[in-house]
Amino acid sequence: MSVYDEIGGEAAMNAAVDVFYRKVLKDDRIKHFFDGVDMARQAAKQKAFLTMALGGPNNYTGEDMRKGHAHLVARGLNDSHFDAVMENLGATLKELNVPGHLIAQAAAIAESTRKDVLGK
Amino acid sequence: MSRVIYDGQAIERGDLSVLDCLTEHGINIPSSCHSGLCQTCLSRAASGSIPARAQTGLKETQIAQNYFLACVCYPEHDIEVAMEDGVNKLPALVSGVKHLSADILGVHLKPQHPFNYRAGQFINFFKDENTVRSYSLASVPELDDELFLHVRKVPGGQVSPWMFEHLKPGDQVQITEPAGECFYVPGKPAQNILLVGTGSGLAPLYGIIRDALQQGHTGKIVLYHGSTSFGGLYLVDELRTLAQKHENFSYVPCISESAVPEGYASGMVLDVVLARQADLSGWRVFLCGHPEMVKSGRQEAFLAGASMSEIFADPF
Repeated sequence: MSVYDEIGGEAAMNAAVDVFYRKVLKDDRIKHFFDGVDMARQAAKQKAFLTMALGGPNNYTGEDMRKGHAHLVARGLNDSHFDAVMENLGATLKELNVPGHLIAQAAAIAESTRKDVLGK
Repeated sequence: MSRVIYDGQAIERGDLSVLDCLTEHGINIPSSCHSGLCQTCLSRAASGSIPARAQTGLKETQIAQNYFLACVCYPEHDIEVAMEDGVNKLPALVSGVKHLSADILGVHLKPQHPFNYRAGQFINFFKDENTVRSYSLASVPELDDELFLHVRKVPGGQVSPWMFEHLKPGDQVQITEPAGECFYVPGKPAQNILLVGTGSGLAPLYGIIRDALQQGHTGKIVLYHGSTSFGGLYLVDELRTLAQKHENFSYVPCISESAVPEGYASGMVLDVVLARQADLSGWRVFLCGHPEMVKSGRQEAFLAGASMSEIFADPF
């Protein structure tokens, strides 16, 4: 059973994405990357990301991650920003009372996308 | 076997999703996650029933309009995918024209064919073949037998000054089918509703408020309407009367740049809202009017606790 199923699947994701995206938009280190984006569309993408990190259904490839973030890499997206997102992910899951070992599992999946997201 | 109908063509679906079926036949629908999450492949069904799985995660207003996610849609029966770029023009008769303020013209239209809409949606109005503007509907289908538009006079505009000068009862005009996701959906009668508008952005909000009240909404309904000056506000008496009649409805007119008489709040409408409604957890939020106000309003409402799926907005 994946973390995704364990914490309540799709329904839990809707609550999680609100908490997560709110943290991201309040984070001075990364919020400027979201200036001018369509928030509703962006929230759907954040939900897809969370679902993937929690081992839920997804078909993202490394290539998708690379293409999807290339314009942000051109604007200076680097490891420090990726770290900030990882921190917000951990804090979100903690706030939703996800047990520590499952948070670690989710962090490992998210971490595995670092190279592609940063275009390395 | 069920089929996918697209642009008059019926295609056997086999065991493919609607998205894959169309893609295989050279019809390109933008897509990304292929898991029913990112909503890039959002489509609308013109006919046929949609499996619940293909609407998971969509807003209630989108579900009510038969939107679905093509990548996870495996319908049991035939489904027709709506073509969104074909514009269907409908004739309507101008039945009344009335100044609501110096800058706002109230236009009443009678569509010449059956016209189904929800209060708060918008239509496109054709001045001529190539000149089109969107106007929100302030009327409520259950209460009004005509469509009401609020047209703001845009100095130097191509359509609104012409309407102020020339539009008169009896004129034949052309409009489109209603569109947009700014409308009231019943089912959570006790939820609190916040509505924020500037200028003629009041039109859809006025429709939504009266629709919610006539459907028996019991939660708080709070309207903030902003303008730079006293003269830019309109329907003030109607809204105050409505607030007297319905205990759960309150109305706060806001003035940002000129003298503020008693009974009006002073400041930019969004600042007034944020000072008074610090916690929006659990609220449904509607934002209509100036694009900059709508954009920051969306973000501020979300940061104040409203869920992304409960924020509805039109940037006009």
